[in-house]
Amino acid sequence: MAHRLDTGGRLIDRAAPMDFSFNGKGFRGFAGDTLASALLASDQMLMGRSFKYHRPRGVVARGHEEPNALMNIGAGPFFEPNQRATVTPLTEGLEAESQNHWPSLETDAGAVNGLLSRFLPAGFYYKTFIHPRPAWKHLFEPFIRQSAGLGRAPKEPDGDRYEHFYRFCDVLIAGGGIAGLQAALKAGESGARVLLLEQAPVWGGRAAIDGDDVDGQPAADWIAGAVARLEAMPNVALHTGVMVSGVYDHGYVLAAQPVPGHRPGSSTSRERLWRIRTDWVEVAAGAIERPLSFAGNDIPGVMLAGAVRDYLADFAVVAGARTVVVTNNDDAYRTALALHAAGQAVPAIIDARAETDSPLIAAVREAGLRIAFGTGIAQVVGGKRVTGVRLCPQSGDGTMTEEIRCDAVAMSGGWSPAVHLFSQCGGKLTWDADQAFFRPDPERAPMSVDGTPFVFAVGAANGHLESAAAQADAAGTPIPAATEALIAPVWRMPAQAPVKLREKTWLDFQNDVKVSDVQLAAREGFESVEHAKRYTTLGMATDQGKLSNVNGLAVLGDALGREIPQVGTTTFRPPYVPLNMGSIAGEARGPIFQPLRKTPMDAWHESHGAHWEPVGHWRRPYCFQRSGESMEDAVAREILSVRREVGLLDASTLGKILVKGPDAGRFLDMLYTNMMSTLAPGRCRYGLMCSENGFLMDDGVVARIDDDTWLCHTTTGGADNIHGHMEDWLQTEWWDWKVWTQNLTEQFAQIAVVGPNARTLLERLGGMDLSAEALPFMRWAEGEIAGIPARVFRISFSGELSYEIAVPAGRGLELWERLVAEGADLGVAPYGTEALHVLRAEKGFIMIGDETDGTVIPQDLGLDWAISKKKTDYLGKAAQARAHMTDPERWKLVGLETLDGTVLPDGAYAVTEGNNELGQRNMIGRVTSSYRSPTLERGIAMGLVQRGPERMGEVLDFPLIGGGVTKARIASPVFYDPEGERLHG
Amino acid sequence: MLLLTCPYCGVTAEETEFAPGGAAHLTRAGPGEGDDALEAYLFHRANPKGVHFERWRHAYGCGKWFLAARDTVTMEVFGTYPAQVSAPPPELIDTIRTKRPGWEPA
Amino acid sequence: MAEHTVAITRVERLPQGGMITLRADLEAQEAVDLLGMVGLAMPEMRRIADTEAGQVAWMSPDELLILCPPERAAALAAQMAEACAGEHMLVAEVSDARARFAIAGPTSRQTLAKLCPVDLAPGRFEPGEIRRTRLAQVACALWMTGPEAFELICFRSVADYAETALNTAATQFDAGMSL
Ligand SMILES: [Zn+2]
Repeated sequence: MAHRLDTGGRLIDRAAPMDFSFNGKGFRGFAGDTLASALLASDQMLMGRSFKYHRPRGVVARGHEEPNALMNIGAGPFFEPNQRATVTPLTEGLEAESQNHWPSLETDAGAVNGLLSRFLPAGFYYKTFIHPRPAWKHLFEPFIRQSAGLGRAPKEPDGDRYEHFYRFCDVLIAGGGIAGLQAALKAGESGARVLLLEQAPVWGGRAAIDGDDVDGQPAADWIAGAVARLEAMPNVALHTGVMVSGVYDHGYVLAAQPVPGHRPGSSTSRERLWRIRTDWVEVAAGAIERPLSFAGNDIPGVMLAGAVRDYLADFAVVAGARTVVVTNNDDAYRTALALHAAGQAVPAIIDARAETDSPLIAAVREAGLRIAFGTGIAQVVGGKRVTGVRLCPQSGDGTMTEEIRCDAVAMSGGWSPAVHLFSQCGGKLTWDADQAFFRPDPERAPMSVDGTPFVFAVGAANGHLESAAAQADAAGTPIPAATEALIAPVWRMPAQAPVKLREKTWLDFQNDVKVSDVQLAAREGFESVEHAKRYTTLGMATDQGKLSNVNGLAVLGDALGREIPQVGTTTFRPPYVPLNMGSIAGEARGPIFQPLRKTPMDAWHESHGAHWEPVGHWRRPYCFQRSGESMEDAVAREILSVRREVGLLDASTLGKILVKGPDAGRFLDMLYTNMMSTLAPGRCRYGLMCSENGFLMDDGVVARIDDDTWLCHTTTGGADNIHGHMEDWLQTEWWDWKVWTQNLTEQFAQIAVVGPNARTLLERLGGMDLSAEALPFMRWAEGEIAGIPARVFRISFSGELSYEIAVPAGRGLELWERLVAEGADLGVAPYGTEALHVLRAEKGFIMIGDETDGTVIPQDLGLDWAISKKKTDYLGKAAQARAHMTDPERWKLVGLETLDGTVLPDGAYAVTEGNNELGQRNMIGRVTSSYRSPTLERGIAMGLVQRGPERMGEVLDFPLIGGGVTKARIASPVFYDPEGERLHG
Repeated sequence: MLLLTCPYCGVTAEETEFAPGGAAHLTRAGPGEGDDALEAYLFHRANPKGVHFERWRHAYGCGKWFLAARDTVTMEVFGTYPAQVSAPPPELIDTIRTKRPGWEPA
Repeated sequence: MAEHTVAITRVERLPQGGMITLRADLEAQEAVDLLGMVGLAMPEMRRIADTEAGQVAWMSPDELLILCPPERAAALAAQMAEACAGEHMLVAEVSDARARFAIAGPTSRQTLAKLCPVDLAPGRFEPGEIRRTRLAQVACALWMTGPEAFELICFRSVADYAETALNTAATQFDAGMSL
């Protein structure tokens, strides 16, 4: 059985026991354990169930490549699925549960799929459930959804927070094993700014465990010395516990770091995402061991040989008391030696190779252990755990020669360089037939911003698996001769395994892809590796094929009669291991999910019943609700107070762009459809701006400040865009024109004082002369109001007497509060955006974004009066002359009055007789704005209707969603005060 | 994620500090220049696989528009230059010719 | 294993200061003369110059931001506008347009490195430089006021956003955050 030895375990602190739970049952481990090592130490072999067949699965690997031991960790807001137990540090009180089991891990109903496995081959879902259609929806899909899927999605918002960290360096080294440390020393000595990141909590990688000599010293000594030298270099920073997960264009690298000391719910960030920019990347990520493909290789107790050695060295944990080693290379002999040295039984080393020799093999012989060359495993015996192995000649068809009793199997199919970080950004690989792996091709490395290569692999990641060779590779010194005997590529064990064995031989443990599935895919014509991968789901699980990739390619190549390099390899995409969604979001959540722009009067609105409406990133009051009112009541009250008394609108969000210079008039004439150069100082003019496609993009009032200065108002959402648009034309087209633009939107608070009592109210505050004579409609003036320097614009978007007052933003609230206080007996009331919308609609004024949608030209909106006929050019003029734009059949703006006084649904379409070529009812118009007008006590609407203005009085049908039709008559869009008498007050 | 150097303020910054603006060196067609010229100006873009001249604005920095020559396949940036020109600088053309033999400016 | 240490960066929202924008061709002698006339001096590219009348920050090849005591801003802006009358320049008082923050403490560089995609390591960014960039999702400009202290400005409307982002970033550090 699996257990912990009485001594050893370099990472654990036996003085610090930790209690945790797994599937509700209490366990105890030590500080320094991973969840997997602690479970294994308590003989909890079974850690999960596979995806398709719900087969019992135990831990296979030591690190991030683990496909089986996936857990739900934590609870409530700290719950997270699909966590690899092999890299989850044990913490006191940790709650874990296995996934993909029902009703329990021990007894799983879905395991019946395993009995039916010969009926669930590759592509089974695609083929079987496609017909009959209704059966998919009502029968198959519900069952599959019940039984499939790994962890469950969290139900609550993540209770932790996360952060980003921007970091810059000259050389980034990913991996702190022998090669990474050596590469950092070399780069550090050159004076470069070096960042060395290691995902594990300790330095040294495999060499620290394997105990080889490095550069003439024991590995542990060399590692300690290298770390000490690096720590002494001021230009080198080195960190353990940071996982480099992705290498992107131009030296952008992402790395994830669980923040040290964080506990669920503590105030610290849980994880930090390093956003690194580097000139140079050295990938020293080591190598990943491959499983061997023999029947029963997924039974709990079968582990990678390197992992068996790691659990022993790091945690003093063994998977069994009797471990059979099976291999096609020398490295697994180290596992045999390590187990033997720890007093564990190793009944045999099963070596698929023909008899060979090397120092490692000699050492095993010397230890008196049995080696069976030319031998394979025909089948592992056991159900929920290994009880033995049946041996056979590797070259044969699996006829058993012998059965060995054991409770663990340590397998090694050779090692694959961890090329992921090299490949992610376009680095190409080359197949090394001698060593049977893909290695980075330095001639085809990823290119940086200047077209030079910037990603390089060193050490085992570069194909130099032995420690001494890895160190030499990173140091740039001659590579010493290999000491290990050559690997024999073994892609199937035994070579002639019949179907009944191949059906029990797993390639992808998590997604349940077997040798027979890949062979079937090849037979069915999925010859491209990318197609075969998707058809079989090989390598598509959360481990992204870290263990299965090369074995799968080999089986596919064999089935297609091609060599591995001809089959090619699938694309490695970042991230190397899954990133938390929270890490990607970083600080952008909750109140700072996105910027919220607030006006200077925001706090007042907040404390006076404002309901908010987002407009771009701004929030503006939609209405100010008083107690006892519905929102609808509040909007109606606000509208009536403007029409009858006086209302206040916070218009600070409107864009205010100063345009100055000798060519400013000429520039604005190009920007606006009408003439701005002729506007006299002191006057205001409404203007329209179009894109070069002719479409209306923004509108607003322009005030001429002095001879060479204009102030352009834009819509709330348009300020930044329009300022950018102006700068675009000035910088890239008319760069010789002398014009400055300055976006002053944030400098001013702007308050619209609107209604019959507006002037009375303002006069109470004292200051500048605002009489009709001193400041007529469409004029502006500068002065003081209530002792505050102010610019007052006599403009109106409601049809009422109206003043828009701009004051320095820092004094906006002061003015607002004075207006509220002084206007109490005048019926003053703040109003919001909804009242603003209804007020303008009653007057037939268009709103950018309602009447326009990027396909509407000013001529569609009856705005010809604001388009200069004299100008030879303005932005959009040429496009507006194109045939489609001048088509008399275009939909044009009209007012719409429902016959029954109800409110038309916004966006409703008007239909006419007949169908179009798609069989839909012919449409001749649509509603662009629709409100209930409290002033007129009925529904009012504007819409775009084919030849609309020519069809005054005609009644149109607007079908409603859910049935029925509303009839509306085409009318003038100006519903209220068509003579415009009120705004002259 | 791209790295670009603004020729106005000299800052080399990541892509998130810039705003893209499409193809560079378009010739504006105004009223009276014919529908074909207008159509080409508004809609026709070469969208090359390889060397591409494009507009960028240093939106989170100095606010200036500049132009960049970039390979749309390899992402290599051959150079950036101020926007107040109607054609790429000759030195840049030479650089690109050296790096991409056979390439000719459109 | 990295030692877990917690340090706190001080983030303070400063009261409104005096600010004036000058748009002009900064290469031209007229701009240099104008600054000289009001006791200011032209900074080099991407630098912020301390002068007797205030600080002058280089914002772009044709834009300076002048920082001065708030009570001086209106008069200084008027003085500058008068002095450049007839020249192709633009002077605007913008004291109310931006919010100011002081970020100080041994971890101030790391605090900003969580939010700004800028190399803020010692030797890479030092007093005298100004950098316009983004703070999380909004535009900002920052410069150092001492070996461990920064000043940062952003637009007024997003001051609460910036303050929350800065305070969020200011609370947690460990030895794993070398710059
Ligand atoms: Zn710039």
